[in-house]
Amino acid sequence: MTDMKPLLRLSSIGKQFGGLSALSDVSLHIRRGEIYGLIGPNGAGKTTLFNVITGLYQPSAGGFEFDGKKYQACKPHVLAKAGIARTFQNIRLFANLTALENVMIGRHVRTRAGVFGALLRDRATRSEEHAITERSRELLRYVGIEKPAQTLAKHLSYGEQRRLEIARALATDPLLLALDEPAAGMNATETESLKALLQTIPDRGITVLLIEHDVKLIMGLCDRVAVLDYGRKIAEGVPEDVRKDPAVIAAYLGSGDE
Amino acid sequence: MKLVRKSGVQLAALVITLLLLPFITDALLGRGWVRIADFAMLYIMLALGLNIVVGYAGLLDLGYIAFFAVGAYCYALTGSPHLALAFPMAFPDGVHLSFWIVLPLAALTAGSFGMLLGAPTLRLRGDYLAIVTLGFGEIIRIFLNNLNAPINLTNGPQGISRIDPVRVADVSLSATQNIFGIAFPSVHLYFYLFLAFTALVVIVSRRLERSRIGRAWMAIREDEIAASAMGLNTRNLKLLAFAMGAMFGGASGALFAGFQGFVSPESFSLMESIMVLCMVVLGGMGNIAGVILGGVLLAILPEVLRHSVVPLQQALFGKTVVDPESLRMLLFGTALIVMMLYRPAGLLPSRVRRRELGSDEAPESL
Repeated sequence: MTDMKPLLRLSSIGKQFGGLSALSDVSLHIRRGEIYGLIGPNGAGKTTLFNVITGLYQPSAGGFEFDGKKYQACKPHVLAKAGIARTFQNIRLFANLTALENVMIGRHVRTRAGVFGALLRDRATRSEEHAITERSRELLRYVGIEKPAQTLAKHLSYGEQRRLEIARALATDPLLLALDEPAAGMNATETESLKALLQTIPDRGITVLLIEHDVKLIMGLCDRVAVLDYGRKIAEGVPEDVRKDPAVIAAYLGSGDE
Repeated sequence: MKLVRKSGVQLAALVITLLLLPFITDALLGRGWVRIADFAMLYIMLALGLNIVVGYAGLLDLGYIAFFAVGAYCYALTGSPHLALAFPMAFPDGVHLSFWIVLPLAALTAGSFGMLLGAPTLRLRGDYLAIVTLGFGEIIRIFLNNLNAPINLTNGPQGISRIDPVRVADVSLSATQNIFGIAFPSVHLYFYLFLAFTALVVIVSRRLERSRIGRAWMAIREDEIAASAMGLNTRNLKLLAFAMGAMFGGASGALFAGFQGFVSPESFSLMESIMVLCMVVLGGMGNIAGVILGGVLLAILPEVLRHSVVPLQQALFGKTVVDPESLRMLLFGTALIVMMLYRPAGLLPSRVRRRELGSDEAPESL
């Protein structure tokens, strides 16, 4: 955290769906190298915020700055190229492709071979293809699903699919990895091993933004946490402070005492 | 390695068989069947082109024959006396460009038409895309049918005739040629020409399939939103798929015009688009071998029917009860229904689908 400029700075993001205001006036910043948690009750707007910063939705108000550049109304692939990678709450793998191919597609944005490269198979294309495969295998190994590399994504177990999504996102060489409920549907052991994996991601120079319902996971993993409720940010800070915040307790846990 | 040697031998055997095929067919079945084999080859090229759009990128295209038409008319206009009718001052003898100049132009023109179709349909998927592409195919055909006035560009429903035959190294393919003392009739010569192009198309398809671009197309087919979130420029990739597919269609169209010597809008009806799509689906979407098999079967089946149904009925009932054309449709429909029920992934499913079907019995050993 020597670089004090935040990696991602959201300023007054708003998102309307018809009359419904899914996000209003959300401002936050994420520092380089931290694990930043985003929590909130169901329907609080966490995934909407994700979709805004990954370009799937265009914000109705406000904008954001990523790695020193302003982005407004950008397509998802532009933001992926800029260095924001994501996973999806409801897994969206390329189901009929193998695990390895899924990760290889993640390398697309950092590689360049075009149609002529494909047709001529020149030296540059072959060595790039080789590098893509090597890197993808390395990532599969990193997330711990090296063995089923040739299995179709849809035949992987649920936990493996979640990990494959992470590997695929990492393959885009992101600066910011945005994980939408990576532990959803996992049992305690799986969550624990996922946590161990996530903890090593900042060592690769990647900042993590994490949406999670599992409060224990968030509290144990995140450097800082923001809490959304009804599309507004109601608290932000280190996990210990946030969990004592009366507004959070009221919104998230529903009643007075913890 | 042993595997390599074995596949090398298989390849050599395949090449020799294919090279002898016109002579064998000619001797056993007659010259007409060599011509049918030539058409089968054209259909295979078309089906492989459509396979890029439908099989790889997952964009359902029901107007694919339009690109075939564009390519065919490209050569028909620039390789026949026809333009003398429209522009007698500029081209008193028509235009007679070499086939080898027109071929890339036809491919490029068809490719631009592919982009033209792709651009407005980028947001559409599935049924909606199918309907727009169907409309596009019909628009092209109707244009060809009606562009004989005010200036006679396409000669309308009568079509364009007297198209120059393809010449290879100044040897016309439309006449019997003696090479090394062996007589090669025209259909044989075209067979070899088409065989060479089919081989080229197969190689191009294979290389595209196993490339960064091919993977990106398949990612779009599987999940467009996830693909764009992974940094794929889905718009450009889809346009590229349309353009590449259309280029294959355009090139085979030019070949068709040179082979046939005559083109008319009738050859580019919706039924033809559906035929080509059936070849892709029946054979196995996304799998080159499957698509080739589909092309061969569907190109030959109607001819087999034509040659067997009428004599059979004559022998059985003494008259023709069902004409082969309607029987063909009946069999087609039945075949497709049976396929969808029992082999939904096609006769030869693609690598991935086969693995997917097989992996239930034999899971990856861990």
